[in-house]
Amino acid sequence: MKKEKVDVVRWKEEVLSKLPSKVAKKREKQIVINDGPENIKVIQANVRTIPGIITQRGCSYAGCKGVVLGPSRDILNLVHGPIGCSFYAWLTRRNQTRPESETSPNFINYCMSTDMQDTNIVFGGEIKLKQALREAVEIFKPKAIGIFSTCPVGLIGDDVHAVAREMKEELGINIFGFSCEGYKGVSQSAGHHIANNGLFKHVVGNDDNGKPGKFKINMLGEYNIGGDAFEIERILEKCGITMIASFSGNSTLNQFETAHTADLNVIMCHRSINYLAEMMEVKFGIPWMKVNFVGAESSAKSLRKIAQYFGNPELSARVEEVIAEEMVAVKKSIAVLRPRLEGKTTMLFVGGSRAHHYQELFNELGMVTLVAGYEFGHRDDYEGRRVIPSIVVDADSRNIEELHPVKDEARYHQRLSNERKEELIADGVEFDYEGMMTDMEKGALVIDDISHYEMEKLIETFHPDVFCAGIKEKYCVQKMGIPLKQLHSYDYGGPYAGFEGAVNFYKDIDMIANTSIWKLIKAPWAVEEVVEAEYAF
Amino acid sequence: MLLRHTTDKINERSALTINPAKTCQPVGAMYAALGVHGCLPHSHGSQGCCSYHRTALTRHFKEPVMAATSSFTEGSSVFGGQANLLQAVSTIFSIYKPDIIAVHTTCLSETIGDDVNQILQKTRDDKLVPPGKHVVHCNTPSYVGSHVTGYSNMVAGFINYFPQKTGNKINQINIISGWVEPSDMREIKSIAAAMEVKIVLLPDTSDVLDTPMTGKHEVFPKGGTTIPEMVSMGNSRSTIALGPFCAEDAAIKLENKCKVKFTTLELPIGLKATDRFITALSRAANVSVPDSITDDRGRLIDMITDMHKYLYGKRVALFGDPDTLTPLVEFLITLDMKPVYIVSGTPGKRFEEAMNTILKPVVPEAKYMNGQRADMFLLHQWIKQESVDLLIGNSYGKYIARDENIPFVRLGFPIMDRVGHSYFPTLGYKGGMHLLTNMLGAIMDKMDREALEEKFELVM
Repeated sequence: MKKEKVDVVRWKEEVLSKLPSKVAKKREKQIVINDGPENIKVIQANVRTIPGIITQRGCSYAGCKGVVLGPSRDILNLVHGPIGCSFYAWLTRRNQTRPESETSPNFINYCMSTDMQDTNIVFGGEIKLKQALREAVEIFKPKAIGIFSTCPVGLIGDDVHAVAREMKEELGINIFGFSCEGYKGVSQSAGHHIANNGLFKHVVGNDDNGKPGKFKINMLGEYNIGGDAFEIERILEKCGITMIASFSGNSTLNQFETAHTADLNVIMCHRSINYLAEMMEVKFGIPWMKVNFVGAESSAKSLRKIAQYFGNPELSARVEEVIAEEMVAVKKSIAVLRPRLEGKTTMLFVGGSRAHHYQELFNELGMVTLVAGYEFGHRDDYEGRRVIPSIVVDADSRNIEELHPVKDEARYHQRLSNERKEELIADGVEFDYEGMMTDMEKGALVIDDISHYEMEKLIETFHPDVFCAGIKEKYCVQKMGIPLKQLHSYDYGGPYAGFEGAVNFYKDIDMIANTSIWKLIKAPWAVEEVVEAEYAF
Repeated sequence: MLLRHTTDKINERSALTINPAKTCQPVGAMYAALGVHGCLPHSHGSQGCCSYHRTALTRHFKEPVMAATSSFTEGSSVFGGQANLLQAVSTIFSIYKPDIIAVHTTCLSETIGDDVNQILQKTRDDKLVPPGKHVVHCNTPSYVGSHVTGYSNMVAGFINYFPQKTGNKINQINIISGWVEPSDMREIKSIAAAMEVKIVLLPDTSDVLDTPMTGKHEVFPKGGTTIPEMVSMGNSRSTIALGPFCAEDAAIKLENKCKVKFTTLELPIGLKATDRFITALSRAANVSVPDSITDDRGRLIDMITDMHKYLYGKRVALFGDPDTLTPLVEFLITLDMKPVYIVSGTPGKRFEEAMNTILKPVVPEAKYMNGQRADMFLLHQWIKQESVDLLIGNSYGKYIARDENIPFVRLGFPIMDRVGHSYFPTLGYKGGMHLLTNMLGAIMDKMDREALEEKFELVM
């Protein structure tokens, strides 16, 4: 395959010229040529996908039930709607979980639905929902139930919140509803926000008896795909840092209920969970900082950041010990694999943070990210949080409830004084999220909500060595002869977070970038010389 | 335990479905539309529907699955989806350039009452459809029936649009296929070729969802029933509908439209159902059955006689779709096995009637149920009450199989954790041998794994 330097400006012009003018006009603002950290360009993001475009995006329900609430094991998730929505979210996101004992509750392997029929659509589904809640309690005896609304629920006017209140009273357990109908917002992102709101209103702060610990944090936006949370838990424990709650990989209801007893919120996936961190800061006085446990160097940096926050010399010393210990295997692996991969190219189109985080792992291998983009990111995920005040709230975002929490006088205590925060910032501790573009090279392409058409054109032009996206793109890209790494499901590998995860990732990338079979696609008889040679023989 | 909350105590349920043995209509419509050449399935609803259906199909076939969506927002849900669909049709024809856009609806667009037929007429009137190109549709409300219903509706949708009766009978037979694998559709064509019968197979996902690796991605692969083939169906001698739930409705519509007589058969799974299919095809086309097919039949029977002792009296639990389960249950009876528990989430009286007919005389103790709450949770509870020797169904069965240590054969949709289903058929005599091989492998692997050392057998 030819590998020549490609003119990204020309690429953009050519791709846009092939699109209908209305589509091109919109896409023009969503395809940006990065100009380095000093001059972060404006990118259009979190806007509607034009109907008919083959998009990666899913819906609000997927973001709420699938992403944020799905990984928790002892909240019974009941989907109110026709059967499909619950069926498709059944065990399909690799949220690993480790119940405390053989008998501890674990509903992850179950799929529950009200299986709405046409009569429910015509006459309303509330009666069926109530009955389903009773049956769920009778059979499973859960501590809490979340109700997830699918498209028709909002349209026919079923009030899941009223049903939740009524049944909470009747059944004596916590029951809460989510209005995460698929048509809300423009992607999964709306559902994340709705999930954050629901957890904040109905669960967080319900139990003041949190785990004891010296350095108590919550891990936000880590969903334990392929065991990532297990690896992060291992590292934190080794450092002596106590995790009160995980939102929401390998989590339980009680973790959420006691989350307000932590002293710091650290955020992995900024897009899906920043709302909760913001609200907890206002209500309980818990500051938050962005971390990244994807990549060995980033993991080390994140641990140091946490230690700096607590300002405890023993903790800092322990963190350094752990990093030194863990980096041995990492360096050994890099020494072997980097020479095999250095200079190879990649493209990442996934999620609302992964397309950024995974660039770290590729950097560690010496691989170059040519193009990256989010499936459902907002401008702040690209350009950094400083642009939030300048983001125009459109009709689709305005429909998503914005909570305005107030200080909980009884339980608020400011963990970090303004002066101390200023000091830490002066010492180089970044609290805010600076976005993806600042970490990307000048001249790299940034593409929001990429379409199938643009993806094909990218591959035809740039011939990357590895392409990163999801299952819907996987086999299209591979048919083109390019290996695709799934960054939602990890192709059923992982963990990729933390130090052990980094080593797993290096190995898996080496494996797919050096797969022998790609060289054998052409049949011998399709190559002329061979046929001639046969004749000559 | 993976399913640690499942016990043998069965509570009466009237509202809650747990671990369904079905999914919703649109995914079936999407699958059927992929079996038409140059066709792009289009989901008229929220993006999530399209994304979930593409994902489910992709995981099952490990192949590209292309489909577009109307990308509904809250605004479209309030004001109707017409603007979205008009935009979608125009976008799709200018960027992806299919020959046909096959629109199916969702619970969202059905609930708000979008009239897709009228909107598509508008796309034609407004010249959004280029000359020679087509937009077709079917209604697939997710709150009616199941994925099986959606498949049936899409196939009927193609029949509504394409076949024409011009008066000149063509010496060919229409075969409307139920929901089977590309491998099975390939097997149907191969049987017809061996019998020298010209057929039109609708839909046909072979060479669409089992494409070779070439280094090039074709958005519209070479397979699929073509437009001229579909048009010609109106002039065929007769139609065979394979599967009462998936295929009969289309056959009825074709008869009403073009007066082409039809016969409905069960899918040719197992000996007897394949016998009926071969007989029907030979009669319809007025050809004799070649020796090669009779030999295939003999080989299947030979294999059964060779291995009968490992099958006799074995208790089997099954879940899946009616069109697959009915001939499969019959096949298990042929093998002297005992299908004792059967569930299908797909509603329809014909399933219960078929089970009554097949099972009452030979396995009177069998429990079966279909429709709402005929789910895998219930099936598992029955198994908890008295276990079985074999479980057959889609990938979700592996959780029951592991908890209960039951040999497990994957059959149905979706299969997300193994390969082979899309390449090796289950239909026909050869398919029967393949199915039998899988069943025996599962049963005998367990025997090997658990036999006492002194009872461990080399020759079986």
